[in-house]
Amino acid sequence: MSDAAGIEIEDLRKSYDGTLALDVDRLAVEPRATLALIGPSGCGKSTLLRLIVGLLAPDRGRVTVAGTRMEPTTRRRLQLRMGYVIQEGGLFPHLTAGDNIALVAQDTGWERGKIAARVEELLELTQIPRALLSRYPTQLSGGQRQRVALMRALMMDPDVLLLDEPLTALDPMIRSDLQRELRRVFERLRKTVLFVTHDIAEAAYIAGELAIMRAGKVLQRGSLRDLIRNPADPFVTEFIRAQRLLDVADLAAN
Amino acid sequence: MRSHALLAVLGLLLVAAPAAGRVTVGSKAFPESWILSESLAEEMRALGVGEIEHRSNLGGTEIVYQALRSGSVDAYPEYTGTILEVILHVPRPIALAEMRTALAKEGLGVSEPIGFNDSYALAVTRAVHERYALRTISDLGRHPELKLGLTHEFMGRSDGYPGLAGHYGLRMKHVLGIQHELAYTALASGRIDVTDIYTTDAQIERLGLYVLEDDRGFFPRYDAVWLYRLDLTTREPRALEAIRVLTGKVDEARMIRANARVVLGGQTFRQSADSLLTEVLEGVPSRKPAQADVAGSILRNTGQHLKLVVLSLLVAVLIGVPLGVIATRSPLFGSAILSLTGLLQTIPSLALLALLIPLFGIGIAPALIALFLYSLLPIVRNTYVGLTTIPIPLAEAAEAIGLSPRAQLFRVRLPMASPAIMAGIKTSAVINVGTATLAALIGAGGLGEPILSGIQLRQNSLILQGAIPAAALAVLVQRAFDLIDLVAVPKGLRLPRSKG
Repeated sequence: MSDAAGIEIEDLRKSYDGTLALDVDRLAVEPRATLALIGPSGCGKSTLLRLIVGLLAPDRGRVTVAGTRMEPTTRRRLQLRMGYVIQEGGLFPHLTAGDNIALVAQDTGWERGKIAARVEELLELTQIPRALLSRYPTQLSGGQRQRVALMRALMMDPDVLLLDEPLTALDPMIRSDLQRELRRVFERLRKTVLFVTHDIAEAAYIAGELAIMRAGKVLQRGSLRDLIRNPADPFVTEFIRAQRLLDVADLAAN
Repeated sequence: MRSHALLAVLGLLLVAAPAAGRVTVGSKAFPESWILSESLAEEMRALGVGEIEHRSNLGGTEIVYQALRSGSVDAYPEYTGTILEVILHVPRPIALAEMRTALAKEGLGVSEPIGFNDSYALAVTRAVHERYALRTISDLGRHPELKLGLTHEFMGRSDGYPGLAGHYGLRMKHVLGIQHELAYTALASGRIDVTDIYTTDAQIERLGLYVLEDDRGFFPRYDAVWLYRLDLTTREPRALEAIRVLTGKVDEARMIRANARVVLGGQTFRQSADSLLTEVLEGVPSRKPAQADVAGSILRNTGQHLKLVVLSLLVAVLIGVPLGVIATRSPLFGSAILSLTGLLQTIPSLALLALLIPLFGIGIAPALIALFLYSLLPIVRNTYVGLTTIPIPLAEAAEAIGLSPRAQLFRVRLPMASPAIMAGIKTSAVINVGTATLAALIGAGGLGEPILSGIQLRQNSLILQGAIPAAALAVLVQRAFDLIDLVAVPKGLRLPRSKG
């Protein structure tokens, strides 16, 4: 892996049709750290992710990835250093799993041999059966689709991984498996990870640190224990309570 | 189609240079015109003109006249009344010499009269004649409930129905446009009561039609003459000699007989033209009638039809898909491109063909261009819709994972839009198979040729020789596209949806 790269956000604002969707003064993810963004629907967490990956341009402020500011001229170069996974996986239905994984590498001119070798590494890492590579997305289960999407995001060996509610659409058993797997992969690869979810238990399990958002602002950042013990805002407590994590909260309190 | 407006537009456009070394005879889409031109072609051949072509079935005065002006046709039979009204726009009858002076400015000559007057008249069946005691056109005024089925040209010309209605003060309640040969069927079955006919029409006798007397003298004379290009004088004087042979010698009786031989006697145009020539001048050896090769002509027409459809479609795909892509780039481009291609679709096919003739002559070129223009809309629109209805998360994913704009288009967006694009191409292809039958109107051949001839001759077998292969072709095209889909649409998009 090249120089470890973090994410820095300064004074970032974004409005849609005059409604402020995001207003973050400062938020940084240290190189090799995992940060989970949590908050209710419409709190701005997806907007933040889309600004970081360059799908949206901010009204004000800046996003810096690996020391380079996200701008139209640097956008594609930075996108190639970031892996991006969305809720349903975002796999292209007309391509097999294997072609979905190899698509960007083919586009940037990698040789066949190099592509094959990298796919081998990733199969080993994610423990996906090789037979799945020749299947189309509609022929995969939801969990398999997310695994393939993760492989696609890792293909170019990015410094940063951005995951936008990757497990939300899955049923609880499969979801629990994948949570375990994501944690294992993140620990092993030691990449900078920004993980968006609205499930606080998932956030605490996968990430070392949580940032809770509401109405476009980051209310508080810290471990789950910090959020429970020293809430910066009544909403933090309210949000945690709403998820009925009393057992988790008790555990943390003792 | 409004003759005046159209001619005014056509007049502004440049004309193509005539091809040297060959003579092309034209004829309109009715038997009399065809027989006369066939006779002229025969006579030219007898006089030693090298290369002769007969472009038959040209759809209407505008089309054949523009073909003459542009040099795609060198000579064709026309009627003095039509020259006054449709070509020169003169409200009153003028002498032949005056007509000649006016047309000489266009580089066109007018022959002496061929010998017969083929005027318009209104006709009813015997039954209608007796039931309503109709004898004259004035009598029609007393029965405004009678249904008139008139040819489109007659309805549009001021020396046609509008003038006639004004002249006689007619206030008919039902006046509808109908193709000339279909009018006989409609008349016989009682769907219409009155139609316009030509006075040399062979059907008058056959169907026992009653010709209403023009008791207030409305219809001008329609003396048949040859219109020809004056440059024939230097290019091929023998062609002019053939024209002279065929003037002054075909009277009404001969023309009615010649028409009847084809329409009622089942002879070919060639056979009837031969007989007419034999009558006109002694010493022309009568040739054996050519054996009709039905299978061969079906095959040839189908091949030509397929060529028209495939070529026009190919160009439409090559231009329509990129246009659809460009349309997605900005809302302004998008609405401009979509409304322009939509507008093309609304131009009536005959009008479009007439507009294309001054630019491209007659034959396969304007037919291909017209078919191409009609193919554009479904292809452009479906490409646009296919590209703009890709689920937003997937379109965004293609961008966010760092694909180049080129790869986003060619590896993600176009393949995902391919089912819609292919459906648009298929729609265009099937429409084209139907529309291409009109190509026969401007001498481009195809399956429209037997259909048009069959309608004129009231020979259903001839119509079927065109209609059946055309229908088969439409089915075949559908099937072919089912196969093409297997290649053009990625397998992943053809799989049944499964639950995640």
